[in-house]
Amino acid sequence: MLTIAGTEFRSRLFLGTGKFSSSAVMAEAIAASDAQMVTVALRRVDLDNPDDDIMKALSLRDYTFLPNTSGARDSQEAIRLAHLARAASGSSWLKLEVTPDPRTLLPDPVETLLATEQLVKDGFIVLPYMNADPILALKLQDAGAAAVMPLGSPIGTNQGVLTDFQVEIIIEQAKVPVVVDAGIGAPSHAAYAMEMGADAVLVNTAISVAGNPVAMAEAFAKAVEAGRAAYLAGMGQRSKQASASSPESGQLSSDLGFLS
Amino acid sequence: MNLTVNGNNTSFQDIKTVTDLLIFLKLEPETVVVELNTLIIQPESYAVTTLHDGDQVEIIRFVGGG
Repeated sequence: MLTIAGTEFRSRLFLGTGKFSSSAVMAEAIAASDAQMVTVALRRVDLDNPDDDIMKALSLRDYTFLPNTSGARDSQEAIRLAHLARAASGSSWLKLEVTPDPRTLLPDPVETLLATEQLVKDGFIVLPYMNADPILALKLQDAGAAAVMPLGSPIGTNQGVLTDFQVEIIIEQAKVPVVVDAGIGAPSHAAYAMEMGADAVLVNTAISVAGNPVAMAEAFAKAVEAGRAAYLAGMGQRSKQASASSPESGQLSSDLGFLS
Repeated sequence: MNLTVNGNNTSFQDIKTVTDLLIFLKLEPETVVVELNTLIIQPESYAVTTLHDGDQVEIIRFVGGG
């Protein structure tokens, strides 16, 4: 079981709810993924469509909602969004996201750390989205983050875990759960992160824009389970030198005295 | 009375409280969060929170997101 801030999660696949073609498809995909933690964003109500409400398709009772602070460009905006999120959800779970540059959507490390410090004081369960920086991960952990969420690659790029070298160090050092977030574009990417020892992965775009999001959600669930099982089983060491899988003694070639 | 609601400056008639505004906009109170001049208004206060000319109101809810 994965435990974050005292809450246990059977599923190590967290799902984002953005970019689905409809609320019905989103709800079905989440169910197929077996995810228990789902992220949501906060936006102004479209006053021309007052009935357009994602929460009609999702129950606060069935899932742990992880509201994000997407759109925040600095710590002050993130803190304002966090308090709105808590008022909307009635819970203190928060995915902290501070992304000043709309082109890269890369997280601002300084503002993220400042906001984490303040929001922990304000009683939030803070899961900061961060660049895969091992030093920053330790600082966020020391500031009271309930988990850290290093990116695999930029949001929505489907490029996989390009940051594996740093993510491995973050996992090695972390005392809080590590959730690899962003850029996970295929089940194999999710499995790879889990094989490394990530505690969970957060996936959105790869599922929501798939040809069949429900089937893709199932595929991700299997990959996350397989990756976790492989990690627990103990992966073999990587090596540049070949090492025969078949016995090296008793080979016909050596007995016959040729090719040797 | 002129209010800026979600960034749009609009004139309203016969609206005194946050509850009045939500009813006028056909919004169920439990599906939104209301911020008045950057302060969050608790739902139990909607009926007694009066609005004034020039107030900035943000009405927010959850949407799909990662």
